[in-house]
Order: sequence, then C-alpha cells, then structure tokens
Amino acid sequence: MSQLILLEQLSKSFGAFSAVDGIDLAVPKGEVLGFLGPNGAGKSTTMKMIAGFLEPTSGRATVAGFDVSKSPVEVKCRLGYMPEGAPSYGDMTPGSFLNFVAQIRGFNGAEKKRRIDETVEKVRLSEVFHQQIETLSKGFKRRVGLAQAMIHDPEILVLDEPTDGLDPNQKHHVRGLIEEMAKDKAIIISTHILEEVEAVCSRAVIIANGKLLADGTPAALIERDPHHNAVVVSVQGDGIDKVREVLSTMGAVEVVAGRANQIRLIGSNSKDVSQVIREKELPIEEIYVEHGTLDNIFRQITAPKGIANA
Amino acid sequence: MRNTYIIAKREFVAYFTTPVAYVFLVIFLAMTGSFAFFLGGFFSRGQADLVAFFSYHPWLYLALIPAISMRLWAEERNSGTIELLMTLPISTTEAVFGKFMAAWAFTAIALALTFPMWVTVNVLGNPDNGVIITSYMGSLFMAGAFLAIGACLSAATKSQVIAFILAATACFLFTMSGLDLVLNFFRGWAPDVLVDTIASFSFLTHFQAVTNGVIDLRDAIFFLSLIAFWLFANVIVVDMKKSA
Repeated sequence: MSQLILLEQLSKSFGAFSAVDGIDLAVPKGEVLGFLGPNGAGKSTTMKMIAGFLEPTSGRATVAGFDVSKSPVEVKCRLGYMPEGAPSYGDMTPGSFLNFVAQIRGFNGAEKKRRIDETVEKVRLSEVFHQQIETLSKGFKRRVGLAQAMIHDPEILVLDEPTDGLDPNQKHHVRGLIEEMAKDKAIIISTHILEEVEAVCSRAVIIANGKLLADGTPAALIERDPHHNAVVVSVQGDGIDKVREVLSTMGAVEVVAGRANQIRLIGSNSKDVSQVIREKELPIEEIYVEHGTLDNIFRQITAPKGIANA
Repeated sequence: MRNTYIIAKREFVAYFTTPVAYVFLVIFLAMTGSFAFFLGGFFSRGQADLVAFFSYHPWLYLALIPAISMRLWAEERNSGTIELLMTLPISTTEAVFGKFMAAWAFTAIALALTFPMWVTVNVLGNPDNGVIITSYMGSLFMAGAFLAIGACLSAATKSQVIAFILAATACFLFTMSGLDLVLNFFRGWAPDVLVDTIASFSFLTHFQAVTNGVIDLRDAIFFLSLIAFWLFANVIVVDMKKSA
C-alpha cells in the first residue's frame, strides 16, 4: 500500500460554518508534506480528523489502510500526533509523562526504558527529565509534545506547528529531526513559515477557507509569487523618474512600497537589467533579485478578491 | 483492562501531585468526625454503632464528591490534553472507566481513613461489625454513584466550576428525590407511578436501608446500575464532542 494517508472529499462543518470543505489528498511513504495556510484555514481541523480526534462530517480519511472512523484504535497505534500547542499534563514530569504514553503504547520493561531513553536523547530532554512540565520553557514543552508523538516510532507523524515558539537553534534541531525521520515515514506538518517548508518539506499544500488551493513542491509554490525573480534596483539621488522611464521598456515597473528610491521590475532578468544600467549609465546604488515570500503567496492565493490587489 | 489500569494509575497519582488530595482528605475526615460527634450525637446516643457517622455521608458527599469529579474531564478539555488522550490507542470506554476508577479509589482511601471511628466504637462497646461493614460498602457505592454523575457532567464542559455546580445540583436532586420537598412538586399533577419512580431513585432511601443493616441486593444493584448508566452517558458525551 503506497499511500499512508489518503483523504477523500474530507469535510467538517461546525453548525453552519464549514471548516474543511472537500479535501482530497494522498501522502505516500517518504514524503514530508507541509500544510500552509492562514489562521482558521482548516489546517488543524484536518489534522485532528486524520488523528481521529474529530469525526468528519462527510468524506473519508484512511490512514495506513484503515478507515479512521471505523478502526480508530488501529490508526492511532500507527500514528504519532502532536496537537496544536503541544499540550501535556503539567503536573507530570517529562519522565513520568513519557512513561505513561509508552505504557499506553504497549511497551514494558527494558523495551519501554530503551524507547524512553532513545526519544529523550533525540529531542534533548534529559536535563529536564525530572522537572514538572508546567515549569518548563516553551521550547522544552514543545519537545515533550514531539517526544510523545515519536516514542513508538510510528509510520505516520502528524505535527501541528512543531516549531512554533522555538528559538532559531531549536527550530533547526527540530527540522533536523523531521528530516532524519522522513525516509521511512509519511509526515504532515503545519506551519506559517515558508523557509521551514523549503527546508524540510518535499511537498506543500496551501489551505484556505477549508479548501485545498495549491499543491506542489516548495519551489513550484514560490514561483507563484508574482514578485519571485523580480529585479529591484535602488536609485541614487533623485534620478528615479529617469530610471523608471528606461526600465519600463523592459517589463512592468512599480515603486517598492515604503521605499521611495526603490523600483521593482517584473518580467525581466538581472543580467539584462544590469546591462541596460551600464549602457545608459543610470544612477543605481544597488541591484538584487527578489525571492518569493510566503506573505505574498498567501495574499495571492488565499486573500478574498479585492484585498489581494489592494 | 490494561489501558484502563494505566489511565487510572495516572489519574490517581495526579490527585496527589496537587494539594487537592490533601485538602480534600483533611476536610473530609474533619467533617465526617465533627458531624458524627456534634450533629449526630455519637456519645449521647449511648449506642455502640456508627449510625451517627454514616447518616451524614450523603450530605457530605453532596458537597465534596463533585470537588473530586469536576477535574476529571473539564481540566483535560481546558488544557487541550484531551486531544492527546483521545488520540492515544485507547477506546473512549477505557478512558472513561479508568478516570472513574481513579476517583473511586481515591474516595475509598478517604473512607478507609475514617477507621478511627470504627476503632473507637469497638473500644467503647460491642457494635455489630457486620452492619458497619455493609454501611461502609453502601457508602462507597453511593460515593461511586455521585462520582459517575460528576464525571459525566465534567465531560460536558471546559470549566471546572460549572462541572462542580452541575454535579452538585444533580447529586442534590438524586439525594433528595425521596423527600417531600421534591415529591410534592410532582404529586399535584404527575401520576402515582411517576412519583413512585422518582422516589425510588432517592440515594437517601437506599443508603438508609443499607446503614440500618438490611442487606438487600437491590440497593447494591441500584447504585451499581446508576454508576453504569452515568458512565455510559459519560462515554456518549465524550464521543459526542468528537463529532460536534
């Protein structure tokens, strides 16, 4: 069976509000899928349905060949899930908490101890092993959440914002962990951070208003940003009108928002632009190629019509 | 069974990691004692029995049991850990039963710690220890019924305060349903069958029968079936939130 996670027309509504609206998705082994989308887009709701915490209103989620609604326990045995905010029992220590999860996951004795030790080392929790969870920093709490999802080495990992609230070093570490595990698992993570998608995901989907709006590799996604590969030049002194006039022959020109002396040129490339600048001896201070940003892709794909162009 | 045990163990330990357990135990012991001695006239009765002690249990449970049951589900819902618990490979029934057993075991400990009363009455006279044992059993079963009601209502809300108030109210109705205060409300218009049915649900009536030394299987079945019913309702409430 090649698809470890299979969603077919998965939908969830709360009363009249439709949170997830007919999502189709297949995730094979070895893939790290990034869920991107604005707040309230339905990312978490979709993940909750995959993990078996919420029942879909219609449609079907199949995990490792088992229908989540019909065989929830089989699915939960094969799946590691870290809910949004990585909740855990604050009155326990990471040690007692992982012990509890390992027991529920069916491990005993030496095997249990080995799994706990291994996981604690992987997520670097040993220094706070005997400290109450509610006294831990956000980064440690997040790692406790990760540890409980990984302890049984599941085929499928669903992590809701695994790096939210972590400092750059911790983010780097968690991404490394995900990459390490990616080979023989199907992993879904949700995130707001594009660089994270570029760093760890082999595929990304954008969800907004409960619908799947884009699906592709992170590189393909970035190309959808109209500003991707645009050439930006900073003009010296007050020659901006002249520069604008010259460059407008090469593509669409606009002044960069908030920067009166910068001009963005879309539909050309840096080589041609720098050649023109040299030939016409334009007063240019700096020239660089822009990369697509998540903000722009978000606005482009997910914003309601009217706001996107504003 | 294994999962139920693991969950029960975690819940049970959780009581003791916060001051709740100790505050509860101290207050429970202080109140059972003082009720028996001052209100119940333990000494002035001049009888070697524990009726003065047991007869206040329903009233104490009314206020104290909801304090034990209120956190069972409301806290999980509030802190989001319910999402964690319900995505572990366990069934809802196992979770419901495990939590209930933890709370029940905790009450059993509170009840067992009242043993000085039993020692006292044995030193002072020759009580019928059979009646005392059945009374203890009856009290434990009644506590179980209160807890099952509280656990179910705790699953219906995020707020422990609301869970407490709902449980206390429901327990109050069950305790009082044999008394005229409640029955007169129905007598005017409801058929006798209904009035009798309501009256038959009274915790007081059933508990008094037990403490009087009448061992009737029906009283045990009454409390056990109430526990079963409310735990079943608890499973439904938890599952309902899943598809909400």
